[in-house]
Amino acid sequence: MTTQTASTNQEPLKAKDFATDQDVRWCPGCGDYSILKQVQTVMAEIGLDKDNTAVISGIGCSSRFPYYMDTYGMHSIHGRAPAFASGLRMANRDLSIWLVTGDGDGFSIGGNHMLHILRRNVNINLLLFNNQIYGLTKGQYSPTSELNKRTKSTPMGSIDRPVNPCAFAIGSNATFIARAMDRDTKHLKTILHRADQHHGTSFTEIYQNCNIFNDGAFFAFTDKATKPLTTVFLEHGQPLVFGTERNKGVVFNGMRPKVVDLGSGEYSENDLWIHDETDIFKATMLTRFFDDPSEESALPRPFGVLYAVDEPCYEDMMFEQLDQAIEEKGDGDLDDLIAGPRTWVI
Amino acid sequence: MKTDVKTRKAVTIKFAGDSGDGMQLSGGLFTSSTALTGSDLATFPDFPAEIRAPAGTIAGVSGFQIHFGSQKIFTPGDTFDVLVAMNAAALKTNIDTLREGGTIIANTDGFDKKNLRLAKYENGANPLDDGSLAGYQLLELPVTKMTRETLTDSPLGLKEKDRCKNMFVLGFLFWRYSRSLQDTIEFLTGKFSKKPDVLEANIKVLQAGYNFGDTTETFTSRYEIKAAPLEKGTYRGIMGSEAIVLGLITASKKSGLPLFYGSYPITPASEILHGLSRHKNYGVKTFQAEDEIAAICSSIGAAYGGHLAITGTSGPGLALKGEALGLAMILELPLVVINIQRGGPSTGLPTKTEQSDLLQAMYGRNGECPIPVISASTPADAFEAIFEACRIAIQHMTPVVFMSDGFISNGSEPWKFPKSSEIPDITVQFAPPKENGDTYLPYARDERLVRKWAVPGTKGLAHRIGGLEKEAETGNVSYDPANHEYMTKIREAKVEGIAEFIPEQAIEIGPEEGDLLILGWGSSYGVIQSVVTTLLSEGHSVAHAQLRYIRPFPKNLGNLLKGFKQVLIPEMNTGQLASIIRNKFLLDVKQYNKIQGTPIATSELLHAAKELL
Ligand code: SF4
Repeated sequence: MTTQTASTNQEPLKAKDFATDQDVRWCPGCGDYSILKQVQTVMAEIGLDKDNTAVISGIGCSSRFPYYMDTYGMHSIHGRAPAFASGLRMANRDLSIWLVTGDGDGFSIGGNHMLHILRRNVNINLLLFNNQIYGLTKGQYSPTSELNKRTKSTPMGSIDRPVNPCAFAIGSNATFIARAMDRDTKHLKTILHRADQHHGTSFTEIYQNCNIFNDGAFFAFTDKATKPLTTVFLEHGQPLVFGTERNKGVVFNGMRPKVVDLGSGEYSENDLWIHDETDIFKATMLTRFFDDPSEESALPRPFGVLYAVDEPCYEDMMFEQLDQAIEEKGDGDLDDLIAGPRTWVI
Repeated sequence: MKTDVKTRKAVTIKFAGDSGDGMQLSGGLFTSSTALTGSDLATFPDFPAEIRAPAGTIAGVSGFQIHFGSQKIFTPGDTFDVLVAMNAAALKTNIDTLREGGTIIANTDGFDKKNLRLAKYENGANPLDDGSLAGYQLLELPVTKMTRETLTDSPLGLKEKDRCKNMFVLGFLFWRYSRSLQDTIEFLTGKFSKKPDVLEANIKVLQAGYNFGDTTETFTSRYEIKAAPLEKGTYRGIMGSEAIVLGLITASKKSGLPLFYGSYPITPASEILHGLSRHKNYGVKTFQAEDEIAAICSSIGAAYGGHLAITGTSGPGLALKGEALGLAMILELPLVVINIQRGGPSTGLPTKTEQSDLLQAMYGRNGECPIPVISASTPADAFEAIFEACRIAIQHMTPVVFMSDGFISNGSEPWKFPKSSEIPDITVQFAPPKENGDTYLPYARDERLVRKWAVPGTKGLAHRIGGLEKEAETGNVSYDPANHEYMTKIREAKVEGIAEFIPEQAIEIGPEEGDLLILGWGSSYGVIQSVVTTLLSEGHSVAHAQLRYIRPFPKNLGNLLKGFKQVLIPEMNTGQLASIIRNKFLLDVKQYNKIQGTPIATSELLHAAKELL
């Protein structure tokens, strides 16, 4: 999303200026704290005006977010944040609008709205806090939980296959898709900046640890020891390199991606997949880098901007049509409207 | 032979034919010609439930009814005097509603073997010649044949030629009711300006129909209906759904707030979405949402952003909007939810009319959730009623449910429309920007208990709102028991307090006190007017009161009701308003109920009223 920034000559705001006086009520150690901090920091870095910023959320642990942001905010109803945010955006094109949702809120009860905000490309920063569990309702499996997950509602293991949020986003014709994690704050900030610069709906999936009900769901990607082996950090125009000594890469083996060893002499960086965030085919494949990291020859999980293209956004086209209608028919006159085309006198 | 012209006080005509026979257009054109004669009138269309039912079948019959006269006309008519039947199915569907001795104008070409079979006439018996229509006056016109003959020289294909056959019937009716063709020719000229061949064919057939009446000796009667004693002024025809569109745009202009309409297609409310979408040059933003829930939620988002936000739906959609309506209520944001009622429950009778969502509008939400309810009574009344709904929403910071129904939305009547300068402004009070850095109190209230509308983007007012219970004044989340009770009561008191800002209940016609009051809401207006007019002329002590404000009720309603020995409430439901009135005023009100997807007939209500007198 792109927004105007505060153009006042006041002291620039600091991260803490975006915090409210309300006690933050997440469980100690929850990944949400880190994300809150990074969002506040990035808003300050962008130079956002608190009075010109709105944070809209649904229901869930992550959706408490607006209460902790000293901006305008609405804690709405379960799953519907995209619709509230879209309506607000259609009313006001100058606000910086941030939408906070979770995997249950955004992909279960609100799955329909997720699809439609993405395809409409409403200019909004959408942050999906994915913790692969229902936290607020105390620990049922979520639509992103892995198959066979044992929870209170699934004592014998869950039997529905998980949704892949980034693949869903690309299938919905999203124009900006990124992935980040709560534990890599530097990278998260970079991605939040990128998301904000995007004109349209920016979809950012953030892996967030729920230390109470799903502790360690993403440790394979976030833990220092395994992270280099399980993740690849994308850079536009750069090859897909990863590994402890940056000794692994991804090549195309015919139509399919394959992990290769750069140390064996068989492949060099020149042979590797070059990331192009504007390429829908490559991006589609990247969203499918979704292997279980514990599997042998698993593809690394991509982080960074998977896809970003410029497309017209919904409300811009809406306003264009309003202008066009006035150009074609003239600014509507109320008396003409009330009288209509055919009248008679008695 | 010279035909004599007879004068009639009122006539009801039903145009009925196959969906493809252009009956809505014929009816519409006959209506606008009627309006120009100065008659009062009411119309109602009767659409088939299926979109493209097979031609010639009962399911494919489409109708249009017009009641016009030199006296006040209150309803589209219980029965009709004239039935235009373009085919056998149209006759079969409508014959029971034709009054005894009425006239049938039948297109004989629509009664061939195939049509009779499709209309399920037993053994292919043709009602036109088996004597079964003996009690009626039957005028047989070979419409299809004569249309084709009129157009032998036209370059149009046979299918296109046949499409002109409704003009033949219309021309014939114009002859029968002593009308000029001018108005219709002007309309056709506009409509077919880019298709000269079609235009020529339509006009030729229209004239042929007129001349057929003029030159054939078969038909000896012509009729004339004089102008009605309508108030002097400039009029237009108005349909209920159109009146809502105009009322919304007027409220937007008069409040200075841009209009946002979030909606999901649903019969019969979609007409409003279509109507508003045509008026983007009035700054109207229409949003076809992905579902009913997104429709209301996007509207709440737009309301938060400072727009006059509206969402429209019909019964099942209102059910889906319930949770979000509760949010709008607790947020205390202005919003109007339009419910064009149809037959329920569930999908019910989507193309038929009913008044069975009143209890849903009043109570259909979780928790204590008071919401004002406003109702329209006639197509033209919908203009003022929706304007009032917007005014109350904006000035009292509350969602409002606006009730109409299929009968009002699709019905039409003449309307002596106002000049925009005669319509009052709606004053809007936004919370002003704050420079001093003090904490803003989003739920501080004025003496009417109304909070201020603080729109994102306003300096110094950054604040959070949400669906969790809020602390008085600050709006911070609060689980405090006493606070919850306080807030529940204050929200209730705010809505009840609106009674101070609406007009007192008036009597439409009849005495202020007496034997019987017929109390109506919604589309029963016309039938009650008609019945009470008759009863008054017979010397009974009867009055009619019509509710526009159902929540809160006007302050004087209780006293007004107590001025009558009996109160009768006719409704197209099992007695929903009656139960609210009983509950509120402990009055033993009587009910008259009809749940058949069709309006209450004058004769039915007259009978019910007389039983009480
Ligand atoms: S339940 Fe989980 S997600 Fe929710 S606040 Fe606690 S740790 Fe965070």
